[in-house]
Amino acid sequence: MTAMAAMAAMAVRFVDVSRHFGEVRAVDGVSLEIADGEFFAMLGPSGSGKTTCLRMLAGFERPTAGRVELHGRDVTDLPPYERDVNTVFQDYALFPHLSVADNVAYGLTIKKVAKPEIRRRVAEALDLVCLPDYGARKPAQLSGGQRQRVALARALINRPRVLLLDEPLGALDLKLRQQMQTELKAIQRQVGITFLFVTHDQEEALAMSDRLAVFNQGRVEQVGTPAEVYERPRTVFVAGFVGTTNLLLGDLAQRLTGTPGPAAIRPERIRLLAPEASAGPGEASATGSIREAVYLGMHTRYTVELDEGGELAVVAQNLDADAADAACAQGRRVRLAWEPSAIRALVG
Amino acid sequence: MLRRAANFLFRHPRWALGLLLGPPLLWLGVVYLGSLAALLVQSFFHVDEFTGQVVRSFSFATYAQLFTPANLDIFRRTTLMAATVTIAAALLSFPLAYYMARYARGRVRSLLYLGVILPLWSSYIVRVYSWKLILAKEGILSWFFSAAGLGRVLDAVLAIPGIGGPSLSFSTLGRFLVFLYIWLPYMILPIQAALERVPKSLLEASADLGAPPGKTFRKVTLPLALPGVIAGSIFTFSLTLGDFIIPGTIGDSSLFIGQAVLRHQGTAGNVPLAAAMTVVPMLIMAAYLAWARRLGAFDAL
Amino acid sequence: MLSSARSKSGAGERAPLGLKLAALGAILFLHLPLLVVFLYAFTTDEATLSFPPPGLTLRWFSVAWERADLWQAFSLSLRVAAVSTAVAVVLGTLAALAVVRGRFAGREMVTLLVILPIALPGIVTGIALRSGLALTGLPFSFWTIVAGHGTFCIVTVYNNVAARLRRTGRSQIEASMDLGADTFQTFRRIVLPSLATALLAGGMLAFSLSFDEVIVTTFTAGQQRTLPIWILDQLTRPRDRPVTNVTALFVIAVTTLPILLAHRLSGGGGREER
Repeated sequence: MTAMAAMAAMAVRFVDVSRHFGEVRAVDGVSLEIADGEFFAMLGPSGSGKTTCLRMLAGFERPTAGRVELHGRDVTDLPPYERDVNTVFQDYALFPHLSVADNVAYGLTIKKVAKPEIRRRVAEALDLVCLPDYGARKPAQLSGGQRQRVALARALINRPRVLLLDEPLGALDLKLRQQMQTELKAIQRQVGITFLFVTHDQEEALAMSDRLAVFNQGRVEQVGTPAEVYERPRTVFVAGFVGTTNLLLGDLAQRLTGTPGPAAIRPERIRLLAPEASAGPGEASATGSIREAVYLGMHTRYTVELDEGGELAVVAQNLDADAADAACAQGRRVRLAWEPSAIRALVG
Repeated sequence: MLRRAANFLFRHPRWALGLLLGPPLLWLGVVYLGSLAALLVQSFFHVDEFTGQVVRSFSFATYAQLFTPANLDIFRRTTLMAATVTIAAALLSFPLAYYMARYARGRVRSLLYLGVILPLWSSYIVRVYSWKLILAKEGILSWFFSAAGLGRVLDAVLAIPGIGGPSLSFSTLGRFLVFLYIWLPYMILPIQAALERVPKSLLEASADLGAPPGKTFRKVTLPLALPGVIAGSIFTFSLTLGDFIIPGTIGDSSLFIGQAVLRHQGTAGNVPLAAAMTVVPMLIMAAYLAWARRLGAFDAL
Repeated sequence: MLSSARSKSGAGERAPLGLKLAALGAILFLHLPLLVVFLYAFTTDEATLSFPPPGLTLRWFSVAWERADLWQAFSLSLRVAAVSTAVAVVLGTLAALAVVRGRFAGREMVTLLVILPIALPGIVTGIALRSGLALTGLPFSFWTIVAGHGTFCIVTVYNNVAARLRRTGRSQIEASMDLGADTFQTFRRIVLPSLATALLAGGMLAFSLSFDEVIVTTFTAGQQRTLPIWILDQLTRPRDRPVTNVTALFVIAVTTLPILLAHRLSGGGGREER
């Protein structure tokens, strides 16, 4: 494929986009490419710039520098109603004075689509989000989860090429959130368009996305598949934000890796052995004693003080241990073992 | 074509803002601020003693006229009434405002609120007129006093110089009652708003720390309600300073600031003096507002 | 450590009797005078204001009905109020939209400017307008009255619309634009419906305010008489007592009804939306 053809396949491109609010750099030189049909997540803590990027794509904010492209077309100066994207808002933004059906039909009504066609497509959209026969109700009569589905239907009915979702699951409780995650993924596969998803919940991003970008303080620190980002974090921030990790610096890093760091190793990659047991072939090891053991049902998190100084967090599945074991684990001497390749060198 | 206009406005939000703000600011600027400026300008003109015409040149002559004993009397009289009415209004309003904020719930509260709002917005002139009916010598109040056997008390009160008069309708006391009646809702609402803002948790904490209800009221509730009282006082004070209808309808022939202003700009043809006299209550209110702002009254509005 | 004498504030608390009486007294004080007006509209006494009334009659209602000058005053008040309300609705809404949705320095200044006509005593506004007219040499007319009324009515619409806009939140407007509606379409389909009751309430309050206004009007009306000015004339030169009483009753009704409706539209009591 030639470079031009490859670029044309990019559904979304941020080209060195910045957004400044006076002194504050909400977005600082972000460049991203998102392919057609991807489920892409923008992950980061509050204030990291991910929502601002989404809004610049939707057209509610104008970049201070750089440009935004949709399917090869420069949309930086276009108002939101001229762009071929639709958004599902964090607070759903349903119109309270319109019925569910009128809400969903809104985009089509504006485009002056014929009434019978509107009715057909509204029914289709409501079916897609599993809310058939809800057309006559008003938003005030719906639960949070139902409102979210209506917002989704309202956006999808316009058949946009890119759908933007701004922390859509944030207001839902855990069980509902997990259910919606599966459903969203299914809908995306069914409809086949690009989904661009903003969230601060790294578990959510890992579970749903094909690829994700980790934002921090207005910059993108890493882009990759969930596996890449989790197993091969590039920077200190990504290692700490996506999942938990042991950050190795200075002295500790020197001892364990041979360089002063920074480096990281995931707690679940360290094995807990009896002190007299020996490490496996090729494995590195160290001895220490358990300072704290927190029983978390599925697994137990141990904080081990190494004999030579420093601490490591270790997570072990409770295959043959239980709460009682965790309770009296404190002070126990152990040997830790890990594969040297599990330690990742980090930047920044 | 409308779409093109919308696009233009979207890309140039300053223009959109201009279109929105333009008409109201233009109107208010020209009609209102312009008039206020004209008023101020007029106050620096003066009336020639011999020709009776307005001389359009800058001078302080008119302002000097404010310091004649007659005029000073007018200022003193009006300010004194304003202060008295304010204090009385605060005392009378507080129980109702307190009840509304602390105890009234649901329908009762809604009804009470309506009960305060209704007189506030219903016809001012009719409410003044109603007191002409009430205070008349043969009217309901006199009848009430004699029927209750208190006829002599009423006569005694009316005989007191300074507040009494030939009848209630022609007395300073009468004026006071009408002022109090008309401005009362202006005092009730800010106090109620301020009291509502006192979080229950503060009162509970005070009781928790051992304070009896009276002390909690004095040390916690009252200070927090004070901004509301001051906010209400701004209204009562300012409104009394400028009013000419109530003193013109009830009471004797002594003038209030408002009446003097009306008189000067009307048949007397001395608009500069009227303008200068108007400046006085404005200055008083400016000072009062500055003081009230420091005490946090603006948050209670 | 919780003391056992912890006061329980909340729905269960009962107010002390003295407080209740004082509160009741204040409410009665506010409303009894209006009842007096109501009563006097029916008295048979032609010349004095004696209480108790010697008899009751409906005669004065028909007498008032025949009075041409009353109808003239009423018609003028109605027309002035209608036009002033229209002016206030347009200007108040524009200003509220600008201040709540716009981003510019000096928003507080705009609010202050809008509130000023009603914050300064009526006499200041009145004589200022009079001075302005004197300086420009414009004659008194229907429009000079409207100029005055429109100016201080803006604030009632402004407050109501601004309060409603603040409650509505930005995302609905963004959602509408996201779905393909431009600024004008969004205004017509989304913003205006959300403002409908606030506009109505503000407009009614403006109408009531204008219909009843007398202080500023004395300065801007010249020879014309609105209904309140008609009543004012009666106050200082008492004739036609009975007809005045009937008129007073009528004015109460006309100014009270919009307030009740506005109250209902703004969603009931508790919060001040003046």
